[in-house]
Amino acid sequence: MIVVEDIRKHFGAFHAVDGASFKIATGSITGLIGPNGAGKTTLFNVVAGHLKPTSGRVIMDGEDITGLSPHELFHKGLLRTFQLAHEFGSMSVRENLMMVPSGQIGESLWSTWTRRREIAANEHALAEKADKVLDFLTISHLAQEKASDISGGQKKLLELGRTMMVDAKVVFLDEVGAGVNRTLLNTIGDAIVRLNKTRGYTFCVIEHDMDFIARLCDPVIVMAEGKVLAQGPADHIMDNEAVIEAYLGTGLKNAKGARQ
Amino acid sequence: MEILNAAVALLNYVIIPATSYAAQLSLGALGVTLVYGILRFSNFAHGDTMAFGTAITILFTWLLQSFGMTAGPLPTALIALPIGIAATSALLLLTDRAVYRFHRKTKAPPVRLVIVSMGVMFVMNGLTRFIIGVKERNFADGDRFIINAAQFRHLTGLHEGLAIRSTTAITVVVAIVVVGLLFWFLNNTWTGKAMRAFSDNEDLSLLSGVNPEYVVKVTWLIVAALATIAGVLYGLDKAFKPFTYFQMLLPIFAASVVGGLGNPLGAIGGGIVIAFSEVSLTYAWRKVFSYLLPEQFLPHGIAQLVSIDYKYAISFIILVVVLLFKPTGLFSGRSL
Ligand SMILES: Nc1ncnc2c1ncn2[C@@H]1O[C@H](COP(=O)(O)OP(=O)(O)O)[C@@H](O)[C@H]1O
Ligand SMILES: [Mg+2]
Repeated sequence: MIVVEDIRKHFGAFHAVDGASFKIATGSITGLIGPNGAGKTTLFNVVAGHLKPTSGRVIMDGEDITGLSPHELFHKGLLRTFQLAHEFGSMSVRENLMMVPSGQIGESLWSTWTRRREIAANEHALAEKADKVLDFLTISHLAQEKASDISGGQKKLLELGRTMMVDAKVVFLDEVGAGVNRTLLNTIGDAIVRLNKTRGYTFCVIEHDMDFIARLCDPVIVMAEGKVLAQGPADHIMDNEAVIEAYLGTGLKNAKGARQ
Repeated sequence: MEILNAAVALLNYVIIPATSYAAQLSLGALGVTLVYGILRFSNFAHGDTMAFGTAITILFTWLLQSFGMTAGPLPTALIALPIGIAATSALLLLTDRAVYRFHRKTKAPPVRLVIVSMGVMFVMNGLTRFIIGVKERNFADGDRFIINAAQFRHLTGLHEGLAIRSTTAITVVVAIVVVGLLFWFLNNTWTGKAMRAFSDNEDLSLLSGVNPEYVVKVTWLIVAALATIAGVLYGLDKAFKPFTYFQMLLPIFAASVVGGLGNPLGAIGGGIVIAFSEVSLTYAWRKVFSYLLPEQFLPHGIAQLVSIDYKYAISFIILVVVLLFKPTGLFSGRSL
């Protein structure tokens, strides 16, 4: 369980996150929605250790993890993806995936020399694992491609793939669907559900596509102007007048209309 | 025969000296490029890091010699080298802890780190002079030549002599071994890959569990080794003088910029370009011409394009031209 306690993040006089509190239950796929500029990404940056909060705490399974750096959180099983996909541009897609667990082992220069055979075996296992992940994400054909050359949507898949290379506990996905076509988005949705069911990943997902959110997420948290506006099951959220007024406007009504 | 003599003169006065100079510059430029790739600033203290490592190595060389310990035909400095590297590693780790880390934690812009490194440069500069003084020191011992000019003439019957000094051969062999090890390390070990990943995309590497402080530490250790080896090889080949090492900063930076900052293969290419430009432009070509051209075509002067006094101007001009027209360096290819 992740508890976000009254997190504030100020940039000068601007309050990007202005006292947000909520819980992410273990095993859930929690949605985080809100208009552009609501502070969702900033909140992710705080939780995942990229930014220090102005005030407030983040608790993971009873432990205060506020202000830990991303690599420390990685070792605790907390991973995130970026809204603008990141990749190791100089490496191949497969190498990008194989990079992930490398930070975990071989933290000593000595082991490089003393455990060479073990490392070679490990390398082999990693390559196989990376190939399985690529297969799972339906992008096996890109394995040898240079990561800087693949499309934006494919980079998003690669980002998701990264979280599958290790046994994560909680994964924060920032707009996985942005710039991804409908078919690919469904693939991503299926992958998320499968990871949640079979490997017990907890997810917190920022996404603008309401169908996607409604299909996957329970509960859904709505942010606006740095604050949590409402939370609850997707249906309730979409019926919440305040939410519709403050943020969703016609977009949601259309989405709802289309589903009914 | 004349052509052979010309070729031998060319080898003796241009190609061999430029090759060993290129090896020294490349090792220096690799250190600069590694710091740039990982810590993301141009390290002005690199020349003085080389001087410090060399000074410590010289002190231990003297100590060993005073015990009567030498490396036989090889320079004693090679035995003292690990001590020099260890001392330089300690100095760099300490500097990082005391100076750079603070600016890293506060996410200082690169320009601030550059200025900070200039401060570090002055401190190291003073430290080195304090330890060993400002005088020029020759510390090369062991065999002077693999083959000297007289032997070569006797052997080949050519008029022109060719001398291969043992320090030249050692420089080239050591440089090749060190560069080979470095590339093996970067491409085949977890730590090396973590360094490349960190250089490529810092945020993402942290998300992959790479500990930035560990990467930085390893980088300083490698830089200490590269700087000390480069400094000692240069000192063996020529002589050690703290001020010369400070001046070396210019050709070393020129080499790493020509190669593309952050690109290790480029640093080697850059070292070769700078070294060969410097040596060939400051060489008096009359001797080579005298074998090739008939008397009446021979130039009156010594056919030297740039006086040796201006050799640093060559690096400077190359640096400026590259920065103006191809700031990412002449050698494409990935960084780290
Ligand atoms: N580093 C920063 N400095 C100043 N303002 C920022 C910074 N990061 C984000 N902001 C501002 O904070 C607000 C919230 O941004 P963000 O968290 O990206 O919103 P969302 O992801 O919900 O669209 C925006 O107005 C943005 O301009
Ligand atoms: Mg955002």
